[in-house]
Amino acid sequence: MFNYILRRIGVAIPTLLVLATISFYLMYTAPGGPFTSERPLPPEVMANLEAKYGLDKPLYQQLGIYLWNVVTDFDFGPSFRFKDRTVNDLIETGFPVTLTYGFWAFIFAVVIGVSLGAIAAIKHNTAADYAAVSTAIVGQVLPNFVLAPILVLVFVLWLGWLPGGGWQGGQWQYIILPVIALGTSFLASIARITRSSMLEVLNSNYIRTAKAKGMPFRYIIWRHALKPTMLPVVSYLGPAFVGMITGSFIIDSYFATGGIGVHFINGALNRDYSVIMGFTILLGGLTILFNLVVDILYAWIDPKIRY
Amino acid sequence: MKTLHKTLAATLVSASLMGASGMALAEDRHPETGEMLAEEQVFTYRALDESSSLDPQVVEDVDGSYIVRDLFEGLLNSDEEGNLVPGVAERYESNEDNTVWTFYLREDAKWSDGEPVTAQDFVYAWKRAVDPELASPYAWYMGLMSIENGEAIIAGDVDKSELGVEAIDDYTFRVNLSRSLTYFPQMVTHATTFPSPKWVIEEHGEEWTKPGNLVGNGAFVLTEHVINERLVRERNDLYWDNENNMMDKVVTLVINDENQALNRYDAGELDKTDVPAGQYPRLEKESPDEAHSIPQLCTYYYNFNNDVEPFDDARVRRALSYAIDRDVIVNNVMQGGQFPAYTFTPELTAGFTPPDVAFGEMTQAERDAKAKELLAEAGYGPNNPLDTTILYNTSEGHKKVAIAISAMWKQKLGVNATLENQEWKTFLSTRSDGNFEIARAGWCGDYNEASTFLDLMHSESGYNDANYVSEEYDAMSKEAQMMDDPSSVYTEMEELIAVDMPNAPIYHYTEVMMLKPYVKGWPFGDVQQNVQSKNLYIVEH
Repeated sequence: MFNYILRRIGVAIPTLLVLATISFYLMYTAPGGPFTSERPLPPEVMANLEAKYGLDKPLYQQLGIYLWNVVTDFDFGPSFRFKDRTVNDLIETGFPVTLTYGFWAFIFAVVIGVSLGAIAAIKHNTAADYAAVSTAIVGQVLPNFVLAPILVLVFVLWLGWLPGGGWQGGQWQYIILPVIALGTSFLASIARITRSSMLEVLNSNYIRTAKAKGMPFRYIIWRHALKPTMLPVVSYLGPAFVGMITGSFIIDSYFATGGIGVHFINGALNRDYSVIMGFTILLGGLTILFNLVVDILYAWIDPKIRY
Repeated sequence: MKTLHKTLAATLVSASLMGASGMALAEDRHPETGEMLAEEQVFTYRALDESSSLDPQVVEDVDGSYIVRDLFEGLLNSDEEGNLVPGVAERYESNEDNTVWTFYLREDAKWSDGEPVTAQDFVYAWKRAVDPELASPYAWYMGLMSIENGEAIIAGDVDKSELGVEAIDDYTFRVNLSRSLTYFPQMVTHATTFPSPKWVIEEHGEEWTKPGNLVGNGAFVLTEHVINERLVRERNDLYWDNENNMMDKVVTLVINDENQALNRYDAGELDKTDVPAGQYPRLEKESPDEAHSIPQLCTYYYNFNNDVEPFDDARVRRALSYAIDRDVIVNNVMQGGQFPAYTFTPELTAGFTPPDVAFGEMTQAERDAKAKELLAEAGYGPNNPLDTTILYNTSEGHKKVAIAISAMWKQKLGVNATLENQEWKTFLSTRSDGNFEIARAGWCGDYNEASTFLDLMHSESGYNDANYVSEEYDAMSKEAQMMDDPSSVYTEMEELIAVDMPNAPIYHYTEVMMLKPYVKGWPFGDVQQNVQSKNLYIVEH
């Protein structure tokens, strides 16, 4: 197992390098640059800016310097758009925000999603099943850019219970709406995967055997059915968790949380090169990490899997 | 001796107590208007985006400049009507040909760490603004101010110590210009020209604008800054005019989504927000005392590429411009109180008298008839229709305008205009490369004087995307620079471009916003919207 983890980490480093290189060159194929604006800068001013940020060097050198700084100093470079700030600043202030609401959205989606799916499977073809499936489908078809305004309309404008946005250091009132808006579609997917997986498990031979020998149903579910049910769910959860903790453009821009979800898209629109690179590497790194976590969990859930 | 000291101390204490109680009394009512003031003097507003910087020499966006105006103060300020009023400078004078300007600074101005604000701080800041090492994106503004050696320093040919600014003494600041500029004082209300504290910048380096490090000389000090979420600034007790500042605290909330910002305004979380596109008529009807449309020094226009056929023919350009029904665009498409534009320079620009340009005086029917005639003269008609493409950056608003205009051209002139939209930065590089026939553009004045608009059509201007070249126009532009009162030449220049029509001005922008009725002191009369929170106050509500 230990060797396996080492091997995976060994593969992760070149993967990240390839990812960074491809993104870097793709980024430069987009027309315009960080300092292109409605009011074109005079050539002298542009030259000074390019010299300051090292954009006057050949591309391979820029990439080399950038990666070297990342590896040696963990320095993701200055932001071209927010000139007083570095990409590290942006990550330091924004990542705790998305990590917080992403984590709670994950808990929300897993707890409710798995419960809904399990109930639907156990009470297969009953009213409870139909209710759970309908809820999941509604959650799935309501994208967060539709759900978020509905939540605001109800909880902020009509009921006046919650603030319409902001973060305020992560007080609970500010977390609830982003968590629901972000978690709901994940919840729906988890419920559907859990349901179909559990149905399959409940129809398998060893469950029939357990039933036949008179084991109590509740015990069968907890002891024998739940763990194998989770296999497909867990493989979904790895990338889903990364997706949630790195935030979402919609959630961040709608609820004005100050999370990192907006930086990825805004960075691309602003041609804020170091922001694009920094967040690509961060997102790539997290994805690789949690895929590894999922694989380790696999081994724990399914004794047949050995690394 | 000891007793004297004690008595003196006692007098001082009671004096300060009286001062404090006097302040408390004054806080109930506004000293000038007599309005009852709210107990909490806090103003919270929405910003579309995080500010580009809090460094006065580096900041380049409108929202950021507002914050910088609260944290720092320049030589001059503008009042509610946009007139120049003293800032750090109590008065100023120029030599006869307006090439040397001297500003006399007040002696009671202090930095928020207690240091006096001196002429040396301005010298430092202005040299900093042109320093290639700082590489300020707004260095061009210093070039525009025509300070001696400014351009050469930016280009790296001359050392920054050679900039034409000097501190005659601690409180006298002198600027030497390379050409005569009558409107120079208008230019020093801009954030780029604000002083900066050398000792703080040298101590903290690039971190100097963070809360706790930042030292300013404005009416407010920075107390909190969470990137992309909020920025809080609170009263600076050391500010020289602190007693006339009613506002205790100002909060900027960054909210990208304009509709959500309006929701939060409705929920009472914001005192000011922007009106989302297309919602002004509804909001004005529902809350007439909250919805405002403020004229801006900005022009929305279409550039014709004067280099390519058929737009190298002034008749074609004029025909297309004439056929645009600007009233329809303003009243039915934009619906935000914008003004139809028949001149490139907005009418509200100081010292500018718009000429009665022929096509502005006609009725739309007359313009349409003339347009048909002109296009026919240029060889286009039902048998040989003109085909072209309108390029704009992706946005609902620009799309609506382009659809309306292409329909007008199709219907009146039989012109087939295809619409093409591009993502912002892609659009900008396509446009500056000249790969277009007709492209949308917008321009806002940098200072309140017509040259900030008219310089654009100069053949050597870096912003002349239409590639318009007219020796006559260039000559007039040069003549205007030499004059004490160039307004008559500006009028002639507008007359010339109304004939040559290098671009089609469409409308003059307005800023549409929602402001709670209890926020007073907003500079509605200032076309530049140089808001300073120290002039705002909250009345009881």
